[in-house]
Amino acid sequence: MSNETSIIKVEGLKRTFIVGSEEVHALKGVTFEIRQGEFVSIMGSSGSGKSTLLNILGCLDQPTSGEYYIDGISVRERTKNELSEIRNRKIGFVFQSYNLLPRTSALENVELPLVYNPDVTHRERHERAQHALELVGLKDRMDHTPNQLSGGQQQRVAIARALVNDPVIVLADEATGNLDTRTSYEIMSLFQSLHEQGKTIAFVTHESDIAVFTTRTIFLRDGHILRDEPVATKSAAEALAALPAENDY
Amino acid sequence: MDILNLIRISVKALLRNKTRTALSMLGIVIGIAAVIAVVNLGEGLKQSTANQLSEMGTNLIMVMRANQRRGGVSMGGSNVQTLTVRDCELIAQNAKNITMVSPVVNSAGQVVNGAKNWSGTVYGGSPEYLDIRKYEIATGVNFTDDDVRKYAKVGLIGQTIVKELFESNEDPIGKTIRIGNIPFKVIGTLKEKGENSMGMDQDDIIIMPYSTVQKRMLGVNYLQQIVCSAASEDVAEAAVTEVEQVLRASHKIPEGGNDDFEVRTQQEMLEMMTSMTSMITTVLIAIALISLLVGCIGIMNIMYVTVTERTKEIGLRMSIGAKNAAILMQFLTESIILSLIGGVLGLLLGLGLSYVVTLVMSLPFVVNGLWMVIAFVSCAVLGLIAGFFPALKASRTDPINALRYE
Repeated sequence: MSNETSIIKVEGLKRTFIVGSEEVHALKGVTFEIRQGEFVSIMGSSGSGKSTLLNILGCLDQPTSGEYYIDGISVRERTKNELSEIRNRKIGFVFQSYNLLPRTSALENVELPLVYNPDVTHRERHERAQHALELVGLKDRMDHTPNQLSGGQQQRVAIARALVNDPVIVLADEATGNLDTRTSYEIMSLFQSLHEQGKTIAFVTHESDIAVFTTRTIFLRDGHILRDEPVATKSAAEALAALPAENDY
Repeated sequence: MDILNLIRISVKALLRNKTRTALSMLGIVIGIAAVIAVVNLGEGLKQSTANQLSEMGTNLIMVMRANQRRGGVSMGGSNVQTLTVRDCELIAQNAKNITMVSPVVNSAGQVVNGAKNWSGTVYGGSPEYLDIRKYEIATGVNFTDDDVRKYAKVGLIGQTIVKELFESNEDPIGKTIRIGNIPFKVIGTLKEKGENSMGMDQDDIIIMPYSTVQKRMLGVNYLQQIVCSAASEDVAEAAVTEVEQVLRASHKIPEGGNDDFEVRTQQEMLEMMTSMTSMITTVLIAIALISLLVGCIGIMNIMYVTVTERTKEIGLRMSIGAKNAAILMQFLTESIILSLIGGVLGLLLGLGLSYVVTLVMSLPFVVNGLWMVIAFVSCAVLGLIAGFFPALKASRTDPINALRYE
C-alpha cells in the first residue's frame, strides 16, 4: 500500500515505566502500520502491553523511544497542547465504561469534542452531532440523558461522540467489555457498518470471539507483537441472528 | 473554547447538584449580606446624625467653656465664668462672618401648672436664639430685646411641655406657669422638632430671655455658652477664627496661652458624633469580611470535592482534546459563577435586611453604591481565589489515570 493511506505507523515503539526502583518494560519494540479503511483488533492478555499501546496510539502517553506517526504527523516531542489538538482532530475514543457526562443529553455528549475545536460554530456542532447520532441509530434519543439509555445505547452515544470530529481513526478500548453478548454483537455490527463506510478502526479487546468481527488482529504478548495476521471476518449481523431468541423471563 | 460555552458548561455542572451548590454559596451569601447590611446601616446612622444636627441649626457655631488649668490643676469646664454678654456684643460687632449671636444660660427645675408638673429645662437666650437653633413658633410670639432688658418673666414652651402641663383643648398662650419659684407667662409655643441624634427630646424645652434666667433664676453674670450663626457654611471656618480672635482679645489671653473657651462648628460636631458610628461600622465590617472569607473557604472546599468527584469527566474531556487551560478555565468559571450568584443573592439579602432594620429603627435607608460594587468585585475575586487551586489540580490531572478512576 502507498504511504498516503497509512493512518498509523509505529516503529520500534518502546515504553518503560519506573515503578519504585524497578524498570518495567511495557512495550519492548513494537512495529506495525494501520492503513486507511482497516478494522484492526489489538489482542492480548492483561499485562501484554495493549493498554500502554492504546494510550500511546491515543496520544495520551508518549513512547520512551521509537517513532509514532498518525496521519503522517510525528507525535514525538509534541507539547501537551499539541497532543490535545491531535486527539481532538484526529482521534475518536470509545471506552469500556462509555464515559458519558451524567445528566447531559445524548446530543450534548456527542457535541463535546467539537466544543474544544474553536473552528466549529455552534450551529455546525449541533448539526454534526445530530448526524453522528443518526449514524449510530439514535435519532429518536437525542434528548435522553445517559441514565435514560440502556448500556448498548450509551455505547452508541459514545461511538457517535467518537465519530463527530470525523477522526482519521477510531480507538476502541474494550468497547464491548461491559455489554452482554447480544448487545456486544449489536455494537460490533455497528462497527462493521462504520468500517464498510470507510472508517479506520483499532479495537482493543481480549475476547477472541469479538476479534473475529475485525479484518486483522495484532496479538501482543509481554510487550512484543506475537502475531499480526488477517482475520477470516465473520458478520456480526449474522452472528446476532444466530443467537437464540431472547427469553422474556 | 469561548466564554459563553464555558458559562453554559459551568451553569450545567452547578445545576447538576442544586442542593450542594446552594449550600456552598450560602457562606458567600451570608458574608456579602452581612457586609452590605452593616455598611448600609452605618450609612443610615451617619445620615440620621447629620439630619438631626442640621435640624439643630445650619451654620451653627457654638462657643463653649473650656477646661482650664491653673498651676497644673484642672479647673473643669463648668467652673469657667469668663463667657459674658459683653463677649456676645463684641462678636456681633467684630466678626463679619457671623450673622446672629445669642448668649445661652440654662437651668432646670420643676415646671408647674396648677395640679400638673413636669421636670423641665430652661434655655435663656436672645431673641435670635430661636433662629440660630432652628426653632419655629407654632402659636404666639417671640420675646423681644425689650423683654431682655426688663428681665421679663415670659417664655416660649416646646410641645412636650404643652402636652404635659395643658389639656388638649387648652390654649397655653397667656397662661402663667411656674418654673421653680419663678412664675412666667407663656407667650408662645414652639413647633415640634423631635428627638436629636443623642435621643434627647428637643421639644422638652422652655426658652426665656437670657437675662431672666441669669438674674431671676441662677443669680449669675456669666454665660454657659454662646451660639452664633455663620453667614454660610463656606465661611464657617473663617467665622470660627474671627470668634476666637475676638474672645482671645476680650479674655486677654496671651499669644500661645490656653484658651478658656472652645469654638465648635456643626461640621466638627458631626465628625465627632459620626466617628463613633464609623468605628463601630468598621469593626462590624471586619467581622462580616471574616464570614466572607469563611464563605470563600467553603467554596474552595466544594471545588476540591467537585474536582475529585469529576476526575473521570476531566479525564474524558482531556482525552477528547480539552487542553489543560480549558479544564482550568472550566473550573475557575464554575467557582466564579458560584460566588457571583452567591454575591448577588447576598446583595439582595443585605439590602432587604438593612431596609427592614432601618424601618424598625426609623433610620433613613441609605444605599452605599460604592460598597455594592466592592462587594460584587470581591465576590468575583474570591471566586477566582477559591477556584484557582482546585482548578489547577483539575488541569494537572493525568487523563490515563483519570479515565480509570472509579
